[in-house]
Amino acid sequence: MFNFESFLNLPLIWYGLIATAIILYVILDGFGLGTGILFPFAPTDQCRDRMMNSIAPVWDSNETWLVLGGGGLFAAFPLAYAILMPALYIPIIIMLLGMIFRGVSFEFRFKAHGRSRKLWDLTFHVGSLTAALMQGMIIGAYVQGFSVDGRSFAGGAFDWLNAYSVMTGVAVVCGYTLLGATWLVMKTDGATQEWARRCAAYVMWYVAAFMGVVSISMPMMNPDIRSLWFDYPNVLMLMPVPLLTACLFFVLWFDLRKKREYRPFFLSIGIFLLGYLGIGISLWPWLVPFAISVRDAAAAPTSQSLLLVGIAILLPVMLGYIGYCYYVFRGKTSHEPFY
Amino acid sequence: MFTDLDPVFLARVQFTFTVAFHILFPAFTIGLASWLAVVEWRLLRTGDKIYEEVYRMWVKIFAVTFGLGVVSGIVLSFQFGTNWSVFSDKTGNVLGPLLGYEVLTAFFLEASFLGIMLFGWDRVSRKMHFAATVIVAFGTLLSAFWILSANSWMQTPQGYEIAENGIFFPTDWMKIIFNPSFPYRLVHMVTAAYLTTAFVVGGIGAYYLRRKLHVRHARVMLGMAMIMAIFVAPAQILFGDFHGLNSFEYQPAKVAAIEGLWETRQGAPMVLFAWPDQEAETNRYAIEIPNLSSLILTHDWNGEVRGLKEWPADERPPVAVVFWAFRIMVGLGVLMALTGLFAIVLFLRKKLFDTPWFQYWCMALTPAGFLAVVAGWFVTEVGRQPYVVTGLLRTAESASPVAANQIVPSLAAFILVYLFIFGAGTYYILRLIAKGPQIEDEVFGAHGVDKPPIFTDMASEKGGDHV
Repeated sequence: MFNFESFLNLPLIWYGLIATAIILYVILDGFGLGTGILFPFAPTDQCRDRMMNSIAPVWDSNETWLVLGGGGLFAAFPLAYAILMPALYIPIIIMLLGMIFRGVSFEFRFKAHGRSRKLWDLTFHVGSLTAALMQGMIIGAYVQGFSVDGRSFAGGAFDWLNAYSVMTGVAVVCGYTLLGATWLVMKTDGATQEWARRCAAYVMWYVAAFMGVVSISMPMMNPDIRSLWFDYPNVLMLMPVPLLTACLFFVLWFDLRKKREYRPFFLSIGIFLLGYLGIGISLWPWLVPFAISVRDAAAAPTSQSLLLVGIAILLPVMLGYIGYCYYVFRGKTSHEPFY
Repeated sequence: MFTDLDPVFLARVQFTFTVAFHILFPAFTIGLASWLAVVEWRLLRTGDKIYEEVYRMWVKIFAVTFGLGVVSGIVLSFQFGTNWSVFSDKTGNVLGPLLGYEVLTAFFLEASFLGIMLFGWDRVSRKMHFAATVIVAFGTLLSAFWILSANSWMQTPQGYEIAENGIFFPTDWMKIIFNPSFPYRLVHMVTAAYLTTAFVVGGIGAYYLRRKLHVRHARVMLGMAMIMAIFVAPAQILFGDFHGLNSFEYQPAKVAAIEGLWETRQGAPMVLFAWPDQEAETNRYAIEIPNLSSLILTHDWNGEVRGLKEWPADERPPVAVVFWAFRIMVGLGVLMALTGLFAIVLFLRKKLFDTPWFQYWCMALTPAGFLAVVAGWFVTEVGRQPYVVTGLLRTAESASPVAANQIVPSLAAFILVYLFIFGAGTYYILRLIAKGPQIEDEVFGAHGVDKPPIFTDMASEKGGDHV
């Protein structure tokens, strides 16, 4: 039996790994879901074919990051998994149903014609929108904390539902739309690109506003978070996070005006990373805010060690072949059917 | 609302429904991915366009099935937590890493290279495309490896210790991964998946032959499927027997339910048909063959087989479900093995591809694999009850603190949504089958076609050169 506990901080490493899996999911499926949210607003059917084609080869592997996030949480922090899943029962089920509709739309739409194709256009949009909204509401509920008794969730079925979580739900919908729009700016040209650029320039302001509201409201709701961000000397060390975010927004605005094609997408990713970092800093060391810490929820050291060996070997390999698959489908996407 | 319903029962129904629905797709895609790899290998070796056309038809069906498998699989990865949080908390240390390895080694491999397999035909070289197909097939097998290891550990746990608060801690990973029932379950399930695919492909091939459509493609489909039926279907009966003997050693209560035996006895009979009555602890309308159970299970005419009354009533699985599911599975297995026997006879008489009754027979057995797989899972999962981890953790004590009024709507939603997408998926698969393989017209002078085919062939056949 091997055990790295004596020389590695296993819970911390695993917290980092799962956080990485989740942010990779948010970014990668985020542009896919965002494309789905924008779908019905596209000017032409040809445009929609292009949008679909741009994500069809990669959506599968993008959603696998969510399975890794869920599976990793179960493996590395079973207690947190056992508390969070029942607490978020309803939004998770609704999110899964949305993702089912969205996922099947890819294959079914390619094979459908006429009226039934419109049906799969609709399920693609509604599924993406629902999944994005629920993910945002889950974040909203998460930052407000959960009521826990012993080793299980002790709150009510609708604890997750309130005005604040609705607000974060809409915020994530806007954020994904920005990712999707800038993705399309990168992957398409002509009329589709022009339209996507206008969408990005428009939704960008909403994203900025929502990030501002969340950044101000989280410290206001919790005195610990307030002192974390605003007490001296933390304020000096953490100030770069909001400042850098503001810079990225400015460059994004500038790039969209200058009709740059690639950089807006990566700037949007940067904005997501910084927002995620901000939430992570605020909630540390809680894994189930504000009841179970990262260390308390950790699985047995030998369990965390076993899977860490696999991650250390396989993650670089995975990133390599996932990168290769993106490389195969590089460049502008056409509206022609695949196969 | 719904508060008088038992939440554990509802959670069981929801899990049974979502997992039984899910297993249909991997059962098909595991076999289909491997078969497509073989077809593409034939294409590369022979250069015969027929294999490309067969591949391109079936890869579209693969895409629909794989998509349904992915979306129904994501649901499961969350349902351990949403509905069985106590189970997740207690077994997470043991099962978590196994599921983690499944995601890391298998899911990403399948999902990433699926893109190339489906959409990369013109973007990568022929060899790279073949590699992608092989990688996807390998990924499906790896996935089966890990998930069946986890399930087998729940059936025959070892290599753990239990803390005071009921949490399992791993002590020996090799013992956990390679637990006693795992090798048997892995071989039995992967073979089942291969047979499921073979009978679907064979059934469609038989349908085309009967309708005189795509005859050359249909011969490839039926021919390759019958190779599986001839060699693999009888082997599967053998694998199943080994698996049964393993269960007899480690889970005797399950085997007692399978056999429908209430009393412990020497020279136990094989119950062919009966209606097991759990309350009265007896079988009604039983038809038995004396001593056969003892012979199969102990290889001794008078060997002892323990009956269900050895265990207290609250430790027995629901007998009728296990008993009947087992008979459905074995019955279908026998029909599949018979198919192989017929196929050999017809092949030797050179009538494999033009015997109408055999074509109807194969068409009728198209869904046989799916039914057998689901029935088999009912045997092994219901047979483990009332435990979720054999002898250690009861299913009833594993459920989440989620009330019935949350589960009823989610269960209803899953049923409605699954039926809807399953209906749509079946519809599109049937349309792909109706459309059949698409033949690209080879134009004289086009790339790769350097002679006008009909005339030259006629010419060479006659031995003259008058063209």
